[in-house]
Amino acid sequence: MTPYLSLAIWVPIVAGVAVLAIGRDRDAMTARWIALAGALAGFLVTIPLYTRFDLATSALQFVERRNWIPYFDIYYYVGVDGISVLFILLNSFITLLVVWAGWQAITVRVAQYMAAFLIMSGVINGAFAAQDAILFYVFFEAMLIPMYLIIGIWGGPNRVYAAVKFFLYTLLGSLLMLVAFIYLYQKSGSFALLDWYELPLTMKTQTLIFIAFFASFAVKVPMWPIHTWLPDAHPEAPTGGSVVLAAITLKIGAYGFVRFILPILPDACRSPQIAGFMITLSLIAVVYIGFVALAQTDMKRLIAYSSISHMGFVTLGFFLFSVQGMEGGLAQMVSHGFVSAALFLCVGVLYDRMHTHVIADFGGVANTMPKFAAFVMLFSMANAGLPGTSGFVGEFLVILAAVKLNFWIAFLAALSLILGAAYTLWMYKRVIYGGVGNAHVAALADLNRREFWLLGTLVAAVLLLGVWPKPFIDVMHVSVTDLLAHVARSKL
Amino acid sequence: MNFQPVLPEIVIATAASLILLVDVWMPDEKRHVSYWLTQFALLIAACVTVRGMHDEIVHAFHNVMVADMVADVLRVFSFIALSLVLFYSRAYLAARGLFRGETFVLMLFALLGMQVLITANHFLTLYLGLELMSLSLYALVALQRDERVPSEAAMKYFVLGALASGILLYGMSMIYGATGTLQIDLVAQSLVGKGDNPVLLVFGLVFVVSAIAFKLGAVPYHMWVPDVYQGAPTAITLLIGTVPEFAAFAMLLRLLAGALGGAEMLLQWQGMLAILSLLSVTLGHVVAIAQTNLKRMLAYSTIANMGYVLMGFLGADVYGYTAAMFYILSYVMTSLVSFGMILLLSRDGFEADRIDDLKGLNQRSPWWAFIMLLAMFSLAGVPPTIGFYGKLLVLQSAIKVGYVWLAIVGVLAALIGAFYYLRIVKLMYFDDPVDRSPIEVRGDTQWLMSANGLALLLFGILPQLLMGLCAVALAQSAYF
Repeated sequence: MTPYLSLAIWVPIVAGVAVLAIGRDRDAMTARWIALAGALAGFLVTIPLYTRFDLATSALQFVERRNWIPYFDIYYYVGVDGISVLFILLNSFITLLVVWAGWQAITVRVAQYMAAFLIMSGVINGAFAAQDAILFYVFFEAMLIPMYLIIGIWGGPNRVYAAVKFFLYTLLGSLLMLVAFIYLYQKSGSFALLDWYELPLTMKTQTLIFIAFFASFAVKVPMWPIHTWLPDAHPEAPTGGSVVLAAITLKIGAYGFVRFILPILPDACRSPQIAGFMITLSLIAVVYIGFVALAQTDMKRLIAYSSISHMGFVTLGFFLFSVQGMEGGLAQMVSHGFVSAALFLCVGVLYDRMHTHVIADFGGVANTMPKFAAFVMLFSMANAGLPGTSGFVGEFLVILAAVKLNFWIAFLAALSLILGAAYTLWMYKRVIYGGVGNAHVAALADLNRREFWLLGTLVAAVLLLGVWPKPFIDVMHVSVTDLLAHVARSKL
Repeated sequence: MNFQPVLPEIVIATAASLILLVDVWMPDEKRHVSYWLTQFALLIAACVTVRGMHDEIVHAFHNVMVADMVADVLRVFSFIALSLVLFYSRAYLAARGLFRGETFVLMLFALLGMQVLITANHFLTLYLGLELMSLSLYALVALQRDERVPSEAAMKYFVLGALASGILLYGMSMIYGATGTLQIDLVAQSLVGKGDNPVLLVFGLVFVVSAIAFKLGAVPYHMWVPDVYQGAPTAITLLIGTVPEFAAFAMLLRLLAGALGGAEMLLQWQGMLAILSLLSVTLGHVVAIAQTNLKRMLAYSTIANMGYVLMGFLGADVYGYTAAMFYILSYVMTSLVSFGMILLLSRDGFEADRIDDLKGLNQRSPWWAFIMLLAMFSLAGVPPTIGFYGKLLVLQSAIKVGYVWLAIVGVLAALIGAFYYLRIVKLMYFDDPVDRSPIEVRGDTQWLMSANGLALLLFGILPQLLMGLCAVALAQSAYF
């Protein structure tokens, strides 16, 4: 049997090392081509994960299990179910776009830039595939190193502050999670997640472990009020960094809820206090952060706040404990992966030309970049959750699930449809519409062929997921149903 | 008389004496002969130790020495570490007129002291080894005798070290008073089921633990560490920060696990180690943030790291000791790189020991920046470097015996520590270089340093090799 998952993890990492070894600063073109080839290979090896995926079962597929650290019963144990496989595909796809997007924009230390993204791509695939807690932790932490360097080396003026804040926030959470992992190992004698799913735990233990896991994953999501690193990191990160940060790394936080928190601590999660706590925080993220987004003057900060608001929908969906809510949350994750990546790429297109992402510096871009304006319009609509785009599917399902539980939750969540439209379209109006704002805007050139196809690919993804979400929902359906059945069982 | 268990000691003692003699007849331009003789002696000693690896416990010289597998492994690690220290510091020593016979001889005598300490089965043997090691190290710190700062460091080291030795002797004398023997395994035997004189014993234990904490540099016995690390010539800092850690672990093992490992005493020293560990990890990491001198910063980092060693050790079973030993090993591997990097960047008249001297290293040399990056992330305990598994093991060991709070403090302190390790990475990668002079490195140093740095990553991906080695060695040791 071909080890598809190992290929998905190691092909990009090996390609990244190759780029580092071969690429020279003077000969940036070679580094770019090797990186593109590596990213393409990395994407191609993940395709069998979808085509050969068995939709009928929620059991782990493509499983590989080897002794890794026998001293501690730690295994190199990877496998995917219907939930994680989607994110591996998404990640490999986004990596390809990121390498392509950085083709001209990055001119200093190209080899290191490309290598950082490739290595991070492999490591992220590892985090989604890991079924052993320590293996997961290694991948989860290892992805901080390339991201720290990406923000710090190629970022904006305040990049050092942003990079350190990003690193320390995430590290705090994950270290507490490590303590919880060791505690669970002490209880169960194993680091395998499947063993932990069956491990009986008292309510008090579950609550304490919940706090540790929450610290780790909520920072990553990020949930209000520990979200403040994200709006700081985004404006300072280079375009590629923002894309990966928004499209992928945030998803790992939400994925942690599905893979760790819900199945390991079902009783704590179902308890009214914690479920209520999570729903409250999610609603604050949806509504309050939506208002905060309205007040932003910087495009990247605005999209960052919009990401937090959208991720609030995801966590809300998870803690409604219904198939629709859970599937809605997951669909929202995938959709947000595409939409936020697209929006950050659009900002990147403008940034490459004018070296600013402050809204006030623009105005009337539609006059000089008509094709670009059309693309941004579509992605803005998707961000606002317009029916027919991917953004609608997830939000609709979550609101549907919320109505069944409580009208007011649904009401507050639905506010996001209005708020999302308000801040996205208002930004669109200020940047794209109106008369030509200044001489710089007048000098803008429309999309080149590379940028056109880059954004065109994402248009296809956004529309496909919006019009015909069935292939995505089918993949996750059985896994979601079984997960919810598992969460409904008490472990006390 | 069975000399086999102490063959490595004999090799080193003979080599030290021989080099002392040979060096007298050497003209200055032939100093490298003594240098290579030293390296050769280390190689022979390592080969002898590996060949005679003990899978059973052998006592020698009327039971004052013991050779077991853990002693063999620790000795081999010491040989390798000292050899690397010599390779890394050769250019530095030469540039400062320290490339002399007495440097090598003193290093070998220090090593001999460590070996005696590692194989001690008797309080007095242990004490002798400790003194031989310490006296040689004091002299090494003071090698640049006309410089003010190293002399001051040596003086502090000597006065405080002598105090600690006195404390150790005092503690041993009380244990002798309570048990009537100085032989480590007999002390353990006579304590079995006998809680009849706990006050005297606990009193002695306090002194013994204090002395060990001093040698490790754990808070509140850490005062000498920053001054000595900063004041000593960097080559000697590299030596002090690495090789003696193995001997310090042996001292912990022989005294606490060996002599006082019985159930009554164990509870007593577990609590003491927990407090020492708590203070070391927090104070070490917090104070390190304020440092501008790289050597001083790494000194505080050492203090914090010794706190983690104690955290592992208080697990007090074979897993706990394995955790501590693996942590020491990973720490020494990392320290060789971090202190070695200062040596590598220094040149005649330039110490490279300020944090700012690392600015823009990535632009000057991406490779060395990458190696230093690995060392920093290893110290911060970020996977996939070996430092992470050290942290994993010691945290597991603490949680297992119920010290969950200590583990939580440990990880929070690690977070504080990550801040200043990240600052180093920031300086290397995000800032522009101030000093653009090319980095010239000897060929052998280049290869060894690269291998050493990559080993941090390699053993981070495959940690089982070293973990298994530590576990097997400890399982075969005299106390299980």
